[in-house]
Amino acid sequence: MDTFLWGAAVFLLAVASVCLYRAYTGPTVLDRVLAVNVIGTKTMVLLVMLSFVFGRPLYIDVALVYALLNFVTTVVATRYFETGALKGEWQ
Amino acid sequence: MSIVDAVRYAVSVVLISIGAFFFFVGTLGLLRFPDFYSRTHGATKCDTVGAGSILIGLALLRGLAPDALKILAIAALVLLTSPTAGHALARAAYRTGLRPWTRRIDGGERT
Repeated sequence: MDTFLWGAAVFLLAVASVCLYRAYTGPTVLDRVLAVNVIGTKTMVLLVMLSFVFGRPLYIDVALVYALLNFVTTVVATRYFETGALKGEWQ
Repeated sequence: MSIVDAVRYAVSVVLISIGAFFFFVGTLGLLRFPDFYSRTHGATKCDTVGAGSILIGLALLRGLAPDALKILAIAALVLLTSPTAGHALARAAYRTGLRPWTRRIDGGERT
């Protein structure tokens, strides 16, 4: 089972590094934000997998915080791109 | 290994494989689709189905433990926040005036 999880983790890492192409050459800013969001989700799943492989349950808490930070980062970046401000009404 | 453990491992392997497949397809859509809106569509499917399936499979692999409940909490969080993030991205793109991609039949310019 550890071998299967190692394989899935390496596959996820390869797929996430392929996503860097879109983050590097996105035509718009929102393409880059979307690519970074997808990479963050993959990293979170990868952290849960590595907690199984290494036998350290603490990594699951790190993955939980990472998921929260990923969401907050995306929403704040889109809001700043849309309204140009971080305070006040959302139009 | 009892029969229950064997069935549990088999189901979790199938779920993790489905999730990895959806991650691959979503990344393909993120790289190959022609427009920002369609890329958002592909990436959001990849996030929800791929991450949810892999996390449920890993929770099933853990069995009866507090860690499994934590992993299910992460899965519920991802299922709530990933469509919200995709919606915020598409809304920001629409409000800032990004036009959707359309294919013109009569040889006009593509936008």
